[in-house]
Amino acid sequence: MSMNTKTITTNKTWRERHASEFSQIREFLFAVKKSKLTLAGLAIVLGLVFVALAAPLLAPYDPVKMDLANRLQAPSASHWMGTDELGRDILSRVLFGTGLALKIMIIVLLIDLPLGVLLGIVAGYFGGWLDEVIMRLADIFMAFPRLVLAMAIGAALGPSLTNTMIAIAVTLWPTYARLARGETLSIKERTFIEAEKSIGTPKWKILVSYILPLCSSTTIVRATLDMGNVIRIAAGMSFIGLGAQAPMPEWGLMVSTGRDFLVNQWWVPTFPGLAILVTVFGFNLLGDGIRDIADPHLRRGD
Amino acid sequence: MSFSRYLFKRLALFFLVIFGVVTVTFIICRMVPADPVGAILGESAPQELVEKTERMLGLHLPLYQQYLRTLKGVATLDLGIALRTNNPVTTDLKKYFPATLELVIFAMIIAIVFGIALGIVAAIKRNRWPDTLSRIFSLVGISMPAFWLGLLIILFFFYHIPLLPAGGRLAPYLSPPPTVTGMYTVDSLIAGDFQTFWNALYHLLGPALVLGWIQMAYIGRVTRSSMLEILNEEYIRTARVKGLSEGKVIFRHAFRNAAITVITMIGISVGFMLEGSVLTETVFGYPGLGRYSVNAFLALDLNAVVGSVTLIALCYASSNLLVDLLYGFLDPRVRS
Repeated sequence: MSMNTKTITTNKTWRERHASEFSQIREFLFAVKKSKLTLAGLAIVLGLVFVALAAPLLAPYDPVKMDLANRLQAPSASHWMGTDELGRDILSRVLFGTGLALKIMIIVLLIDLPLGVLLGIVAGYFGGWLDEVIMRLADIFMAFPRLVLAMAIGAALGPSLTNTMIAIAVTLWPTYARLARGETLSIKERTFIEAEKSIGTPKWKILVSYILPLCSSTTIVRATLDMGNVIRIAAGMSFIGLGAQAPMPEWGLMVSTGRDFLVNQWWVPTFPGLAILVTVFGFNLLGDGIRDIADPHLRRGD
Repeated sequence: MSFSRYLFKRLALFFLVIFGVVTVTFIICRMVPADPVGAILGESAPQELVEKTERMLGLHLPLYQQYLRTLKGVATLDLGIALRTNNPVTTDLKKYFPATLELVIFAMIIAIVFGIALGIVAAIKRNRWPDTLSRIFSLVGISMPAFWLGLLIILFFFYHIPLLPAGGRLAPYLSPPPTVTGMYTVDSLIAGDFQTFWNALYHLLGPALVLGWIQMAYIGRVTRSSMLEILNEEYIRTARVKGLSEGKVIFRHAFRNAAITVITMIGISVGFMLEGSVLTETVFGYPGLGRYSVNAFLALDLNAVVGSVTLIALCYASSNLLVDLLYGFLDPRVRS
């Protein structure tokens, strides 16, 4: 930044300088409040976060402690969701599973968002062979259906929770890279970037302080749409047997072992599956709502 | 850019992507820390047999030779023997792929018909209860774990109300129709065998409903948003002002123009369905490509993994190619 702008900006408080961002955020929150379905999604997600954090307090039993005398009990006052084939309380397992599902999702996105965005802006800003290599790699990874690629990697690395996260992370980055690249291409032509370049601001600084913040909003919106997907793919992998392993209270795994008791003890596979549905539904509701609000193209019709 | 140049560039990318897919699959198969031969043969297998199997898989060769062997195998459609089934992988794929194709086609019909209807209704009744209802219905579909929905359908419509068959592609008392396409419904019609046709269709019902609902949700959402965009256009207002009936405005003018986005979505759906078929086929015990690939993953049957993953990615990439070409043909702006 040149000296001139610095002297102007120091006269204002931080709040004043960011007034336009604040009004944007306010406008965004107002739109969220107006849309009931988005609010419902937000409520579900906040509820899930609460359950994940408070699971040790909320759960009436130990999620992995076996009690063979009480195996396959139907839902009752002492076991609201019944017990499984080893006498473990299903409610407690479902509650503890929430944290597991959220953990997988958060870690995957924490790896993928920065990675994808970084590759995308580098490709978009520098162009040339670097762009070509990164984007063709993205094309190749996008040619696999996600679950299939994730399962192949999960199988090769060996089934475990860590490998599930690695496997899903490998499948997700191209989406963010593509988005960030597209944004970068349009931002890089703008006058203020030209101005920065002309006063000799280093490239990395332009990337980090101007381009990165401007493309993060689109990619974050896209990531909220992927949150549910990540949870669903992780559950699918452990259902197949390529993800979390027993005795972890992972929902997909619980549905998988519960399959054998489907007919006579319906509650064993039903409740964990319902938990997956509600969780993914909550994230999709929220993501869908945020996308609608953030995309002015769709908002125009309102 | 002219369409022929666009076509050339897009085709070149397609072949590059397929080459990349085979390479990535090869790398995945070779990063196996576990011992794939041991996984198939068991730990107490005699040394000779282990060595023989390793030689058959080419595992004794240096890595670059193994890679060339895989590339050559894919190019010549000779992928070696699948250890789990003891058949050539290509023979297995020929048997299982039509089953999945058939399933995907039927699911797609369900998804398209109901998805488009849902989307149009939601767009016309925007922000009123039919829209909210269809939004919830779609989002539940998108959020539904396919394997769990499959289990519930089996529980209700097989055990409680016996409406659906137990699994597989045909009742045990029927023999498959003579193979032409490998799709039982089509082959039985060619053979004029209606009993087999209805039975095959009946076996498709459960898995096709599961796959179809999930895709219906996506298609419904896309139809809604592209219809909304078009219903705001000037020429729709003009059509209304002209005094055309609402039905004509919706179907003749609006939907026709929304269709291009919907077609794109259908192309993308093919990929989602292939993905969904992996879980759905496993739950319903439907012997298709999805279940074959899962079994190959679980057994670390490397030749079968390479074959099935490449085939699935090939289908996915081809449907994307078709969509892009169609789009490029219809809309010159895409070509740049």
